Amino acid sequence: MLRKFTLHIPHMIMAIALMFLGMVALFILNTARLVIAGKDFTSLALILSGLITYCGVLIVVIMFHNEKVLSVGLLLPSIAAVAVFVYGFIGWSIRISLSRWQGLQPDYTWVGLKQYVLLFTDNPRFIIDIRNTGMFTVLFILGCLALGLGFAILLDQRLKGEAIFRSIFLFPMSISFIASGVVWAWLMNPSTGDHLAGINLMFHLLHLDFLISNWFTSPQPWGMAYTVIPAIWQLSGFTMALYLGGIRSISEDMREAARVDGASEFQIYRYIILPLLQPITLSAVIILAHMSLKIFDLIVALGNQDIRLDVPGIYMWTTTFAAGNYAQGAAIGVLMLISVAVLVVPYVVSTIRSETEL
Amino acid sequence: MTRRTILNASIYIILIFFALIFLLPVYLMVVTGFKPFNEIDLATMWYLPTSGLHIQNFIAAYNQLAPNLNNSLEMVIPEAILSALLGSLNGYLLAKWKFRGSNLIFSLILFGMFIPYQSILIPLVKFMFAIKLYGDIPGLVLVHIIYGIPITTLIFRNYYAGIGTEILEAGRMDGASLMGLYRHIMFPLSGPSFAVVIIWQFTQAWNEFLFAVVLTNQSHWPVTVALNNLAGSQLVQWNVLMAATLLAALPTLLVYIFLGRYFLRGLMAGALKG
Repeated sequence: MLRKFTLHIPHMIMAIALMFLGMVALFILNTARLVIAGKDFTSLALILSGLITYCGVLIVVIMFHNEKVLSVGLLLPSIAAVAVFVYGFIGWSIRISLSRWQGLQPDYTWVGLKQYVLLFTDNPRFIIDIRNTGMFTVLFILGCLALGLGFAILLDQRLKGEAIFRSIFLFPMSISFIASGVVWAWLMNPSTGDHLAGINLMFHLLHLDFLISNWFTSPQPWGMAYTVIPAIWQLSGFTMALYLGGIRSISEDMREAARVDGASEFQIYRYIILPLLQPITLSAVIILAHMSLKIFDLIVALGNQDIRLDVPGIYMWTTTFAAGNYAQGAAIGVLMLISVAVLVVPYVVSTIRSETEL
Repeated sequence: MTRRTILNASIYIILIFFALIFLLPVYLMVVTGFKPFNEIDLATMWYLPTSGLHIQNFIAAYNQLAPNLNNSLEMVIPEAILSALLGSLNGYLLAKWKFRGSNLIFSLILFGMFIPYQSILIPLVKFMFAIKLYGDIPGLVLVHIIYGIPITTLIFRNYYAGIGTEILEAGRMDGASLMGLYRHIMFPLSGPSFAVVIIWQFTQAWNEFLFAVVLTNQSHWPVTVALNNLAGSQLVQWNVLMAATLLAALPTLLVYIFLGRYFLRGLMAGALKG
């Protein structure tokens, strides 16, 4: 590596200047604080100074003309950030989940898998959470796939106004789960009599009183089933876009050939298009399932922390930050991670592998 | 009428039926928002305003949410720009400067996109507290940039992978270095993916709730946290709440309406093979 070193004076001066500047800043910020307009920027300035120093080091690397090392060097800050904030913190969470930390003082006393055992054997709330997540996941995926595929097939008929319908089915995706939850909680208002409101009121005005529903307040466990309505509203358009992309990538020649052989439009969908869409269904199921295993903000906004609509994401949040039960919160977080990893890791690995084979 | 016309008509009926259902929440927010206070009544909540358009509800909602809309803006703009720059550099290096193990590193980075953030939440809060970035907007910006690395890297990497290596080899012939190739060839070509990533990161950070609620204190709450809080309080009337929700959702809705093409591309990138 040393063989190709060329000393480029302006680069060297710049490198030394950057390293010097960065080090001095690091040194000063170590004791002083940087406050601009009442906000404390000390930590950000420290990070910045570190990066400036690092830039100086990279300029020295440039002079070695080893671009492999330089490319790794440029990636290193991002790799380090992900290594710490994703993998390091996961490891730290696992460690907390094996402790009995409760309350503000960290307590790393080793208790093994006790937190996990307690969650599964002696915790009715967590059992409700698992049931709720299961119900949500199944209904949410089925709803999104059915509507998404339905919309895609209807829009594939190349009717006028296709673009408008596509936009209408997709726009809810751009809204936050919180905003969506707030509106839908109001739409699915379960009040009766004079206080009839939202969709129930609309049913009444349309003389469809038999459709009036108790929504979330339906007898257990069916209240949870209604929380998928806003979720499907937000993500069936996304599923439609996936399917539509898939259908449009199937060549028209193939369909034409089938038509020449006397196949009906229905048969073309049944025997040609649907089988070819299977990989898309797999992608959609994995993406939707990993979203539903993590579902959090939508339910927070819809359920206002109603225990009947509880999910692991909410339980983790409240048990940790409201009740101070850090060890239990970490255990729930780790279980959520495992459920998502089982689903996603094989998918990511196979995607990357098939990509490199190309 | 031929069979085809009947078929088309029924397709239109189905599509229009669903389109109306999809637009129902927006209709309610808009109609409620534009009614004067004295027309607000549960019994007529679905009817159009009868005495012209008023913006009393929006003013009341804005009075509630103004500081939080400001916080969100203050967070989202630096976050989206810095994320895009970082993602572009990473994507370039991972697409065009493959080294031994670069695919493994890319997969490991990518996994960060899927993790439930509950699984890193306690260490994150403790860490941000320790480095004194807890409670305020700059800390939230940093967190969004770091957890945005996977998706921004993915979008740029896929985009750059589609650019032929011939153009880079030509640049090398002319003596351009790794950074020279980026600055003079790749960066000028990256306009579309910058649009995709900036829009995506803007939308994500604007809509995000979990980090916002655990990492900021009340005076620095972004709009999602404030809206959720507003919805939970008994002090705010439903009409003001509907107007507030529309205000909170408006920035990302406008982005979708005017820049939907780029938004959709970011969406599809999340689907990997999509």
